[in-house]
Amino acid sequence: MTQAQLQETANLPALAEEAGHRNWRDYFTFNTDHKVIGIQYLVTSFVFYCIGGVLADLVRTELRTPDSDFLNPELYNEVFTLHATIMIFLWVIPTGAGFANYLVPLMIGARDMAFPRLNAVAFWMIPPAGLLLIVSLLIGDAPEAGWTSYPPLSLVTGQVGEGIWIMSLLVLGTSSILGALNFLVTILKMRVPSMGVYQMPLFCWSMLATSALQLLATPVLASALILLAFDLLAGTTFFNPTGGGDPVVYQHMFWFYSHPAVYIMILPFFGLISEVIPIHSRKPVFGYTAIAYSSLAISFLGLIVWAHHMFTSGIPGWLRMFFMITTMIIAVPTGIKIFSWLATLWGGKLRLNSALLFAMGFVGTFVIGGISGVMLAAVPFDIHVHDTYFVVAHLHYVLFGGSVLGIFAGYYHWFPKITGRMMNEFWGRVHFALTIVGLNLTFLPMHKLGMEGMNRRIAMYDPKFTFLNEICTIGAYVLAVSTFPFIVNAIWSWMYGPKAGNNPWDALTLEWMTTSPPAIENFDELPVVATGPYDYGMGNRQTVQVPLSDEQEPVLAAGPKSILRADPDPAVAARPEDRH
Amino acid sequence: MNIPSSIWTLLIGVGLTLISLWYGQNHGLLPVAASDEAVLVDGLFNSMMTVSVGLFLLVEGVLIVSAIRYRQRPGDNTDGPPVFGNVPLEILWTALPAIIVIGISIYSFEVYNSIGGFSPHDMHEPVAQEATRMPGAAIAATLNDSPAANLNQQKSDEARQDPATASVRNDNQIPQKQNAPGMGVVAPTLGASSDREGKPPEMVVNVTGMQYAWIFTYPETGVVSGELHVPLKRETQINMTANDVIHAFWVPEFRLKQDAIPGRQTEVRFTADRVGKYSLICAELCGPYHGAMKTQVIVETQQDFDNWMTEQQASASTALNQAVAAVDRTDLSPNEFLAPYTKEMGIQSEMLQQIHSFHH
Repeated sequence: MTQAQLQETANLPALAEEAGHRNWRDYFTFNTDHKVIGIQYLVTSFVFYCIGGVLADLVRTELRTPDSDFLNPELYNEVFTLHATIMIFLWVIPTGAGFANYLVPLMIGARDMAFPRLNAVAFWMIPPAGLLLIVSLLIGDAPEAGWTSYPPLSLVTGQVGEGIWIMSLLVLGTSSILGALNFLVTILKMRVPSMGVYQMPLFCWSMLATSALQLLATPVLASALILLAFDLLAGTTFFNPTGGGDPVVYQHMFWFYSHPAVYIMILPFFGLISEVIPIHSRKPVFGYTAIAYSSLAISFLGLIVWAHHMFTSGIPGWLRMFFMITTMIIAVPTGIKIFSWLATLWGGKLRLNSALLFAMGFVGTFVIGGISGVMLAAVPFDIHVHDTYFVVAHLHYVLFGGSVLGIFAGYYHWFPKITGRMMNEFWGRVHFALTIVGLNLTFLPMHKLGMEGMNRRIAMYDPKFTFLNEICTIGAYVLAVSTFPFIVNAIWSWMYGPKAGNNPWDALTLEWMTTSPPAIENFDELPVVATGPYDYGMGNRQTVQVPLSDEQEPVLAAGPKSILRADPDPAVAARPEDRH
Repeated sequence: MNIPSSIWTLLIGVGLTLISLWYGQNHGLLPVAASDEAVLVDGLFNSMMTVSVGLFLLVEGVLIVSAIRYRQRPGDNTDGPPVFGNVPLEILWTALPAIIVIGISIYSFEVYNSIGGFSPHDMHEPVAQEATRMPGAAIAATLNDSPAANLNQQKSDEARQDPATASVRNDNQIPQKQNAPGMGVVAPTLGASSDREGKPPEMVVNVTGMQYAWIFTYPETGVVSGELHVPLKRETQINMTANDVIHAFWVPEFRLKQDAIPGRQTEVRFTADRVGKYSLICAELCGPYHGAMKTQVIVETQQDFDNWMTEQQASASTALNQAVAAVDRTDLSPNEFLAPYTKEMGIQSEMLQQIHSFHH
């Protein structure tokens, strides 16, 4: 029997009789099922992704030519402000919450989240907050001070638009805090008794790290926004320099949240990738414990790097050095992850389907964002490229090349579980190819633009930058086109795709031990951890060849004895040598 | 022929190193370096680029080789080998990046120090000095809120000694931020390079940022300009502040950027070492016409600079008098008041009109 069959057999008692098909109306109600809420999150945020993408293409169309000739400059600022706000707060962050909602209870063998009603409340805060932003654009008074909304600028642009922006972000932040609290309690308290923390799938580890950040950092953003709202509406001068307020204090408070927000946006997808890569490489994840700890390390370090966004604003020299060093150090746990994924792929039997292609694309493009991140951490170089297209390139390599590719890997990977049907492979690969080409066309030239002297957030630029900007704009159109194969594929497959079965990928984690789509309460009985979450290949060979390894010593072992392995539950382990 | 894998690893390693070294020096991504500081920053970037290229090629190489060599063969549904991890390898790829980033940090620290990031001028707190002079009064001195202790106020007052600067700035209406006692410097600077520490700059230019223009005033001569002229190879100090919102002074060819913040007086020192005209750009979002807020830095020989200065003094003396007088006159609209400056900068009055209508 293969490992997957062993795990499935051990979990037969937990397998429900019938798959949990839901009426489509349920998705428009205040439903407390974590799977309904998960789908609500995923679909809502994808709609906002499309809106944010249209805004991005408006920005790129304006930037096709050096003159301000497509949008008027005010509208241009509104469009890029909303693009960033929507992509961050209504697409990447809620999508992470969507995957977590759907997957965490299934992965840990729970029937639902710890607080189902709170969960539904957290979701239902998102659509009104998003609508607020869209409405502000429609009434012609959208926020236009950038997603960072630095005072004094944010205090002298349109008051209505800025007020709406603050209101919307406060609601979204609250939703994020409620979600984080729920994930934290669920992961810590709702695991099946046989699953210790070191048996959890890595996605749960990454959600643990993400939720901790959300709980610690989001309230600081909320307080900054409330003070900003007082300055804006009530005439206080917390941040307004004309009354003795300090605009740099706002920057500190803003980035105290918004740098961790970068990790809130990437950690869940580090987790997704850590699931997708081993399953489709048919090999255990390399260094489970190291990947799990590196998530926590990133989460902690993420809290003490915020002022690297302020190297040119107003912090003392020694503080610049402190934040430079902490920022550089984040490269270490991130490097551990990247090398571990590469080592997982190396020597496996790669099923190069859409999910794995997106996951490998993630590793390959995210690394560019990681490298430029280290460059940006170096204060003297950052002083040159701060607030230029180099930064725009960096953040899009991290957020598009990282998070968005991770999201697509997750879609392709869990679509069979969520819908019970397979997606079309051919169109998946077309989607992948277009996305990779489009994203590199769009964002790679921006590095050079920034270093040569093109600053960001401008509607008009020096004509010498026209050629590279045209390439970026073409790339952005390719990205827009790339979305259509995916949308059509997803809708068509959901309705007519071939049936998936319970475990189409021969995976070992518990979400694959139930029906597809999962039964209403997930499992009939408590599932068991008969194999470790990544115990692939145990039936094949017992000897492994890794440089520097010695199978006799647990510290040096690379095989099943390795101390870095996620072990099965010793009481019910499928393999005798794992029982004790 | 069967070549052992260790030889392959060695060959690939050597190849990667050579490519990285070559590309790190020949990337062509940066514009010309026109200041002493720029040369140092470029050195730092080139070495980071060298390391990055190696790492990038390694990661992409592993991905591509895996995709080809380890792809699933048709009909093979078995799993790969059960490799769970390896502590020595983990240590290796934890330690190597750690060493690399520490190396980059030290190099950055050196460059930062050389371009004057740790300006000693700012580290000395006037409050602390007073406290040491008056024994027993230490607590009173730290609590003392006297304006003499406010470095930003001092710099502001100093700059306002020049009537031209005073006429374009409104920092007398904005409370100037005070440094916290101890290490809190609210308006950091890029000061003198380490070899010029303690010496005053050879030339001072006051810069005022406003939506959407930079105004340069030369306190020694009282000249007001919309373009920055600096002489070659003379250390120049830029004293800046902003009148309305945050702006950022950026000259890509100098690799220098500093925010100009209302209520703070920031400084940048640099030595231009290449004759030419370079863009001077506002790099902090300051409103709808942020993209249009740019002008030129003209680096010229001392002689050309002196000629320009004399010309300016002669032609602008009348304009300047009017401008100074205009400060007390309420009948001039902001546009009329700014006209002599904006005309010089090539900004049409229609645009200013538009900007003002947005602004209100």
